[in-house]
Amino acid sequence: MSHYYLLPNISQPGKIGCSLPTLDVSPAKLPPKELLRRELKLPEVSEVELMRYFTALSKLNYGVDTGFYPLGSCTMKYNPKWHEDIAKLAGFASIHPHQPEESVQGALQLMFELQEYLAEITGMNATSLVPIAGAHGELTGLLMVKAYHQHRGGKARKKILLTDSSHGTNPASAVMCGFEIGVVASDSEGNVDMKSLESVMNEEVAALTLTMPTTLGLFDPQIVEISQLVHERGGLLGADGANLNAFLGRVKFGELGYDYVQLNLHKTFSTPHGGGGPGSGPVCAKENLTDFLPSPLVTKNNGKYKFVSPAKSIGRIANFYGNFGVMVKAYAYIRSLGAEGLKEVSENAVLNANYLKERLKPYYYLPYDRTCMHEVVFSGKRQKVKGVHTLDIAKRLLDYGLHPPTVYFPLIVDEALMTEPNETESKQTLDAYIEAMKEIAREAEENPEILHSAPHNTPVRRLDDVRAARNPDLRWEMRS
Amino acid sequence: MPSPYLPNTDADRRAMLREIGVSSIEELFQDIPEKLRHARFKLPPPLSELELKKELHQLASRNASLDNYACFLGGGSYRHFIPSTVEHVTGRSEFYTAYTPYQAEVSQGTLQTVYEYQSLVCQLTGMEVSNAGMYDGSTAAGEAAIMACIIKKKNKVAVSTTVNPTYREVINTYVTGRNLSIETVELNSSLSSDCACLIVQQPNFFGYLEEMEAYVQKAHDIGALFIAIVDPISLGMFKPPEDYRADIAVADGQALGNPTSFGGPGLGAFACRKEYLRQMPGRIVGKTVDVEGKPGYVMTLVTREQYIRRERATSNICTSEALMALAAAVYLATLGKRGLRQVAELCYHKAHYAAEKVAKLKGYSLVFQKPFFKEFVIRCPIAPSQINQALFKEGIIGGLDISYIIDNSMLLCVTEMNTKQEIDKLVEILGAF
Repeated sequence: MSHYYLLPNISQPGKIGCSLPTLDVSPAKLPPKELLRRELKLPEVSEVELMRYFTALSKLNYGVDTGFYPLGSCTMKYNPKWHEDIAKLAGFASIHPHQPEESVQGALQLMFELQEYLAEITGMNATSLVPIAGAHGELTGLLMVKAYHQHRGGKARKKILLTDSSHGTNPASAVMCGFEIGVVASDSEGNVDMKSLESVMNEEVAALTLTMPTTLGLFDPQIVEISQLVHERGGLLGADGANLNAFLGRVKFGELGYDYVQLNLHKTFSTPHGGGGPGSGPVCAKENLTDFLPSPLVTKNNGKYKFVSPAKSIGRIANFYGNFGVMVKAYAYIRSLGAEGLKEVSENAVLNANYLKERLKPYYYLPYDRTCMHEVVFSGKRQKVKGVHTLDIAKRLLDYGLHPPTVYFPLIVDEALMTEPNETESKQTLDAYIEAMKEIAREAEENPEILHSAPHNTPVRRLDDVRAARNPDLRWEMRS
Repeated sequence: MPSPYLPNTDADRRAMLREIGVSSIEELFQDIPEKLRHARFKLPPPLSELELKKELHQLASRNASLDNYACFLGGGSYRHFIPSTVEHVTGRSEFYTAYTPYQAEVSQGTLQTVYEYQSLVCQLTGMEVSNAGMYDGSTAAGEAAIMACIIKKKNKVAVSTTVNPTYREVINTYVTGRNLSIETVELNSSLSSDCACLIVQQPNFFGYLEEMEAYVQKAHDIGALFIAIVDPISLGMFKPPEDYRADIAVADGQALGNPTSFGGPGLGAFACRKEYLRQMPGRIVGKTVDVEGKPGYVMTLVTREQYIRRERATSNICTSEALMALAAAVYLATLGKRGLRQVAELCYHKAHYAAEKVAKLKGYSLVFQKPFFKEFVIRCPIAPSQINQALFKEGIIGGLDISYIIDNSMLLCVTEMNTKQEIDKLVEILGAF
């Protein structure tokens, strides 16, 4: 089994995994010895052994191509194969970021048009494609908020409001921008508690960050009132756009009253998640914030595309222009669907989630029993009484060959099972998942032990997290 | 026409609506105020795979690809040889269609390769621990600066003037964003005692090798951490950060098996001393055992991370550049100790061959008379932009114009990808000015 060994175990002196050219110029004098490396201890592996090793490891993984992946808030939709081929074209993959602008007009055109499409889709005025991932986009948005208030002068607004159901990245991003955090409570329906918002929304608040639909998978019908209240009191409204798949092609953040939104191309726009990146986290902003967007943006003038820096830009947030390779795939996705196709995406995503909700409601506690959007949050509360926890349910799903939902998030739901089925899944796939979940609910009643000890047929079984953290073993070491 | 991305049939949809107890999909959107749920979108009409492929091929062909041009650009993004093993491993959809390995039992492929990546980064830099990777070299440097301020409980960061200017801009955005301050430092200038860290690049932006020991001494004398930004390929022959006692080492890992891709995706490699492990940003994978005692891997020390610790996390980073880290691991494993050294030496000798020839041309000179690796600055007789235009006509993408820093100067980069023939042609065209 491959996981019993590592690269040093298959390394043998004298092996190499590829051939390299010999020097075609006369060698130069080497630099002083004190600058040179004494030894380099890297593994030496032949090509065939290397390919077998990594291929064996790939088989221990579960991806969207393996099966259903209803990880809530992560939008694990299918990734069209031809997008991968296009992003690898030499004209896209093999261009250098410092090339003269006239030699990369095709790339700049693609970026310009993607900026425009994303602004149109979100109802905003301009887009920065630079942020590398969702959390990076949040950071960008909040730096813009900070610059906006600094530019306006007046008393410093040092606080960012978040809901108690927000992603962990939201408070962490705010702290990275030097803000303090204020929390807005959710009401019993899962909406923003307006009384709570009233009481904390004051002249110290720079912005409210509000995911829409919320991480409970619910659309807050008070959105217009929320926006009004925040703006009346001098604050801005920012969206964590992680859940855009719920109303893609139907609702515009701009029309809901948001000042900016951060998107995740790797979620909503179908670019693969890569095992944890590369992502892409564009920020779209309304007129009042566009001058603060990070540098650079792509503009079009007399048919020529070029980079520019916005007037009061927060500066650079990454070394170049963002994850261009990811942008190519998102561009292809939008162009292949058009406005009507995007709307069908959200319709089917919401249909699938509501179908799961109705079918599983008899078996799992549903804390907010109302029409959901693209995801549904169940609770393992009913099973907890029997001593079975959400973690056990998740691990048992692995035995059924299915990826579990996001567990224990959002934090305001006890034993949360946050399930996002996506539009790219068929009714047959959902039915298979429903059957497995029903079976697990039965097992929780009749044979809880099988859940406690799950999973049973995965490459490894439950792993010792405590040991990993107490005695960190984070690397191998190789002697020469 | 049915959509290839939407597998439900009309019959499926009808059956599902019946089950839900509504008569139309429209009813499912009733929570959204009526006037807000029928937005209009001006987007181009949809196209089929065949039509769009054709259009995108045309768009790609409007870019001058480095497959068709000789290229002497560096300055933070580097064209190196990528063995086919890299693309074949990263192209396995078990890897690229997975997400962050929250369910370790079905993510051992991702987790074990991250453990390999962390190990290889440690071997390469000589540092004790590495995280699973960050966005790019510049943001890794920004986060390293913040980490140093937290460790040292100080509010100021010092950056050498020879660090890549765009890195300095990004570090500035990160540092001032957090209400911390920044000062620039030269080799001979002193360092204020309230600095938490000193950041120096090796080789620096201008390509030459810095006297790292002197800088490290300067930092350690005031109790500050030393952060090295390194070129990972250079470590195939040059001293690793551990040898000059760096506390944190960061690098852009793009050069390790990833294409230039117009600047992204890149990869921020991040390694440090073990004593700072718990302040390190980013994901970390550790080895452990399962209930049967079998070895396995998990994301560990997660109490540093945003999804557990929220506002008290060491960073906000979540999705990063995992697939690029996998590429880097496969790249380093493919080349191994001999291969990486050979690539580094090819760069070194070819760059020196080019530098020597250019320096002999009338009107040209090397701006810095110092040891260098694969990049060097030349002063030209006329504006480099004019020279680059002439080069482009001859199928060569010239060096980076840095006239805004040094008059009439160009930063040239030569790697193993540049043949003698290309270099000779470059020199010939330069000589014509």
